[in-house]
Amino acid sequence: MELTGAQILMRAFKEEGVDTIFGYPGGAVLDFYDELSRTDFKHILVRHEQGAVHAADGYARASGKVGVCLVTSGPGATNTVTGIASANMDSIPLVVVTGQVPSALIGNDAFQEVDIVGITRPCTKHNYLVKNIKDLARIVKEAFYIARSGRPGPVLIDIPKDVANSKAIYDAPDTISLRSYNPTYEPNLRQLQKVIELIKNSRKPIIFAGGGIILSRASDALIEFSHRTKIPVTASLMGLGAFPGTDPLWLGMPGMHGTFRANMSIGEADLMIAAGVRFDDRVTGKVQEFAKHAEIVHIDIDPTSIHKNIPVAVPVVGDCKITLTHLNNLIHKVKLGDLDEIRKPWLEKIRKWKETTPLKYIQNGLIKPQFVVEKIYELTKGEAIITTEVGQNQMWAAQYYHFDKPNHFISSGGLGCMGFGLPAAIGAQVACPTKTVIDIAGDGSIQMNSQEFATAVQFNLPVKIAILNNGFLGMVRQWQELFYKKNYSWTNMNFAPDFVKLAEAYGAVGLRATQSSEVEPVIREALSIPRPVIMDFRVEQEENVYPMVPSGAAITNMILV
Amino acid sequence: MTEKKHIFSILVDNQPGVLSRIAGLFSGRGYNIESLCVAETIDPAISRITMVTMGDTQIIEQIKKQLFKLINVIKVYDLTDERSIQRELILIKVSAKANHRAEILRIVDIFRAKVVDVGSDHYTIEVTGTEDKIDAIITLLKPMGIKNITRSGRIALLREPKQ
Repeated sequence: MELTGAQILMRAFKEEGVDTIFGYPGGAVLDFYDELSRTDFKHILVRHEQGAVHAADGYARASGKVGVCLVTSGPGATNTVTGIASANMDSIPLVVVTGQVPSALIGNDAFQEVDIVGITRPCTKHNYLVKNIKDLARIVKEAFYIARSGRPGPVLIDIPKDVANSKAIYDAPDTISLRSYNPTYEPNLRQLQKVIELIKNSRKPIIFAGGGIILSRASDALIEFSHRTKIPVTASLMGLGAFPGTDPLWLGMPGMHGTFRANMSIGEADLMIAAGVRFDDRVTGKVQEFAKHAEIVHIDIDPTSIHKNIPVAVPVVGDCKITLTHLNNLIHKVKLGDLDEIRKPWLEKIRKWKETTPLKYIQNGLIKPQFVVEKIYELTKGEAIITTEVGQNQMWAAQYYHFDKPNHFISSGGLGCMGFGLPAAIGAQVACPTKTVIDIAGDGSIQMNSQEFATAVQFNLPVKIAILNNGFLGMVRQWQELFYKKNYSWTNMNFAPDFVKLAEAYGAVGLRATQSSEVEPVIREALSIPRPVIMDFRVEQEENVYPMVPSGAAITNMILV
Repeated sequence: MTEKKHIFSILVDNQPGVLSRIAGLFSGRGYNIESLCVAETIDPAISRITMVTMGDTQIIEQIKKQLFKLINVIKVYDLTDERSIQRELILIKVSAKANHRAEILRIVDIFRAKVVDVGSDHYTIEVTGTEDKIDAIITLLKPMGIKNITRSGRIALLREPKQ
């Protein structure tokens, strides 16, 4: 039986196990929306297409599934670009379907025409323009396969209107096999033998885990590996939750705003086993000084990540989970000696670093943003899904909420995209309806996508937004304070809406805390309300995130409180 | 680290937009393309891109891996240190005054080049060869007055191993 392009797309979604679509209708996708109304997909109507992509991103990270977006041509398509770029940097599997003007008009500067395939070529894992309806079913299947396999990422499919409303037989292959795309999942076992030898001889080993652990669901394997070898673990922003934040072997996050003990451990380590990381400059600081005493083992599914920023001694191309499972099996068979005794001096040294120089802030009667995050951690028992915006709010969330489980910290790591947290929280709440989902936000970044509050209210998604309201673009102000002689050029947001009234205007609940004593009651009340809530915390205006490593310095060179 | 010229032979899906993906990869990551040559192979579904680029070892390794990461790229060969045949085609329009004509023809003969077009005051010469050979003939013809040049960029194929 012949189906329309719109019917083919819906059937292809069904076959890929899609249950939720984040989208926004428009002229070029009228046929899809018409068909959508006859399906049982959950559709979340966002208020801006950027919100659709961030929501799909949050959904993908919380659920481990592929996030799906449907938007129209032209501005609908260009509005997705920031979201796609963010997902691409963080390797999040998305399929973004954009409408396109009819094939005959492509290239004519038609109304709402834009070359979105050209625009998104450098910020997608792959993209397609569907020129023939006969290819549609196969392309959608390929898109999902590419998005979720290997190093995941966003895939965009641009579908002209005539493809959506013409007819063809549904024709998709049973399995996808691409001669030009075969990710390497199985590591080279000889390389792993070298890793075991290095572990045997190491006196100061550390593990550096990243987002790859979460994407490959390798947390359990990582925990087993660390516990068996008694090697302490640090994790990048993207890797938070990959290893329990309450484990005695946990070092905290490394890098620009990393913990003292994580950065010092990296500086002194003689072996670093890095898995699912890409050695971002915010982690490494000055590359020549990074882990300069360590032999580095780098496990990653993407060969381009290896040797890109940091030269490594033992490259291992493979899936993190499969590789760590192999390593765990190998460790079983070797004698590592009395690890308690062998590791004692190293772990003792780390314990002292933690004791002398913990993460800290100074209470002075004003609301400290760190205190707010600590209270949120305490009152949610560390079990909430936390999304963040970007800047100081993001760093305090990363430092003071101790993530014990993967898929609970959702943040725009690579692109550093303000306006991410609220739509991502919406997506995470859709994926996990019974979980507490909290967006830790700043007063600047929340205003970048605050329109999505309407989405949360419309779909009864009880997300909580904790605004650490300091009246500044705080992180930029911090840099101006430290490196630009306090010249606060345009970082002082003199005007912001009344966030309590804003919540009320949307038909939600707004709460405010202006003193430390009000913080806990406000959080308690917000958590007890089964509706969206904005919490406006009037925090100290010029609080800084510490420790801080100046840009380009060695990460052991930290500015402390 | 020292920079070195590398010649890549890249097999790709013969589809619209693939060249743009490769060109975009180079511009987006700040790599250089010195020359580029694209055409269908014996299999019409596959095109071969021959590309000359510059970089130190680390950059070249990244280029190779980044190219291979593109979904439409099937294979990437670095022919730089391999036994390969490399050729370039060039058309040179050189001014041919009466007193130079004989000399130009002698040069054409020595280089086993061909005169493919003759005018009252010019010759158009076709030369195929390695980069060295082409550079040499250009040097020799320059004093006569070169009006125009078009070069194909290098193409290359791996030699079969000797039996």
